[in-house]
Amino acid sequence: MNQDVAVRAGRILIVDDEAVVRDSLAKWFSNEGYQIKSSASANEALAVVRPAEWDVVLLDIKMPGMDGMELQRHLKEIDPELIVIVMTGYASVETAVQALKAGAYDYITKPFDPEDLLNTVSHAIEHHRAQREVARLQEQLREVSPKAELIGESPAMKRVWEMIEVVAPSDSTVLITGESGTGKEVVARAIHAASPRRNMPLVAIHCGALSESLLESELFGHERGAFTGAQARRKGKFEVAEGGTVFLDEIGDISLKTQTDLLRVLQEKEITRVGGTQPIKLDFRCITATNRNLEAMVKEGIFRLDLYYRLNVVQVHLPALRERREDIPLLAIHFAKKCGTAMNRPAPHISDEAMRVLAGYQWPGNVRELENAIERAMVLSAGATIEAGNLPIAVASPTAPAEGERLEDIERRYIVKILEETGGNLSRAARILDIDRTTLYGKLKHYGLKRQSTADE
Amino acid sequence: MNAISLIRVNASRAAPRQGIDLVRVEELDELAAGLAGIFHVSCRVEPDQVEGEVAYDATRGQYYSTALLLQLATRNPDNNRHLVGISGVDLYVPILTFVFGEAQLAGNCAIVSLYRLREEFYGLPPSPELEQERLLKVTVHELGHTLGLRHCTDWRCVMASTHSAERMDIKSAEFCSICKRRARLNETFLGETLQPPKTRYGL
Repeated sequence: MNQDVAVRAGRILIVDDEAVVRDSLAKWFSNEGYQIKSSASANEALAVVRPAEWDVVLLDIKMPGMDGMELQRHLKEIDPELIVIVMTGYASVETAVQALKAGAYDYITKPFDPEDLLNTVSHAIEHHRAQREVARLQEQLREVSPKAELIGESPAMKRVWEMIEVVAPSDSTVLITGESGTGKEVVARAIHAASPRRNMPLVAIHCGALSESLLESELFGHERGAFTGAQARRKGKFEVAEGGTVFLDEIGDISLKTQTDLLRVLQEKEITRVGGTQPIKLDFRCITATNRNLEAMVKEGIFRLDLYYRLNVVQVHLPALRERREDIPLLAIHFAKKCGTAMNRPAPHISDEAMRVLAGYQWPGNVRELENAIERAMVLSAGATIEAGNLPIAVASPTAPAEGERLEDIERRYIVKILEETGGNLSRAARILDIDRTTLYGKLKHYGLKRQSTADE
Repeated sequence: MNAISLIRVNASRAAPRQGIDLVRVEELDELAAGLAGIFHVSCRVEPDQVEGEVAYDATRGQYYSTALLLQLATRNPDNNRHLVGISGVDLYVPILTFVFGEAQLAGNCAIVSLYRLREEFYGLPPSPELEQERLLKVTVHELGHTLGLRHCTDWRCVMASTHSAERMDIKSAEFCSICKRRARLNETFLGETLQPPKTRYGL
């Protein structure tokens, strides 16, 4: 058997004070294709074990000097992932149970049934490899952390980065504020990914999307029969997130009743399922986000002050895209690359003219709108360059007024544009312009615009 | 490869009679014919017998196969033939509950047991044909070890490691092409690197 094959089959360390056991097992296992080393005592074993060197250790529980139980503890200190299988004599099942409690993977009783022995060892090795694979993948995941999505070199963005670095390792509640589309969820994920909870789940809930009663059972879970249609017991998001992070988006949209419940959960770190009686202790970190002004809502009396304090331990404010225009080119290029990968084509170049248009626009929808604009431009034109003309109209229309233009000209042009977009629907246009419909009528009359033919103007 | 001799290994007189621990004459004859066909050398059944007495462990009710292997080696001082002991009794090595057989790696002696090849051992009606085939597989496997072969990862190959009768029924009595080539290669070197033979636990 050559070395490679033996390494692939597995590496086994045998520790037993009886020479006949060591030798016969070593002979037998090497015949089965394993790489073997044997030690006559605990001290000898400790001298040869290095981290990540062995897959499995077969350990005799009764040895003079340091016994198997103690050796097992020492071995686990050197290599926590090491799999220990305990070998026991006929009547020592009790010690075997003890060994299992102390963290042994399995135990086998002497003399061994050849098939059992092989199965136990090969399962242990598979288990060990799977463990390592998981650790490796988790490491990889950490590298592809959501932080990569947070792009920007503006001072405003740098502050956000610094905040994330500072708050991530702590366990404190974070409130992320910022306009819609600025990337609040990305920040939440980045905080989770940089926190000690990174290997546990991040559970995101969009509070605005759920009705009050649905939100309650979604957050806290419910017992079977708690309400019509609750046919089985269900875990709530807080329970699912056990050990990890709960991200509550649109926290400003929850009702006062849910606010009260949520406050209790955050204070006590325990929940009671809907229809349940037993409180369940939980360990989670809470990150919330909103695009609304919670402080103002507190003043209006529609958001509980105590909950606001509870959530607002640390606040990370995300700047609107128009407040960090210098990042627009970077972001545009990033999204062009990202869409290119998704569409399986090379990332297009963005022409200077197009870049000027992008940088000049207001971006009410922030980063999300920018991403959509780039994607739309790429869908509509298959060329290697994104031209200003490829950009969605809303973006392309110049916002800077021409020289010598009067306020009235700008207002007229803007009304026409909105009417074009709404297809002449006055109610919708009025809503977008945030003016009363009768006011809009008045303005149409003033500018000499006709209701039906506005698009032709 | 040298000629093959088969020799019967008897049960200890101290052991209780079990009925299935005997080896029938026709079983030995048929095995000899099978081996001659596979290895292309002459194969005969010795008129002599080996007594299992010395290897018997009364507490386990089994026979220590390594001790029997040593006995066989004393009967083969010239190393001019492959000597295979065929026993009807249950074999063991201290650390395992049983072995189907044991051989000297790159040596000349091997021992095999029919005990756990018998259908009766598993509470089933006897099946002479199946048992004969299993006996051939175990013997070819142990002789493979004497030719310097280790276990093979090809499950069809006779050198695949087998710890149960069912698994044995799946594999063939033939060497795979790699083991065949390796055995031939080993044989050219065996003359020079023969000493000292190591023992191999079989199957």
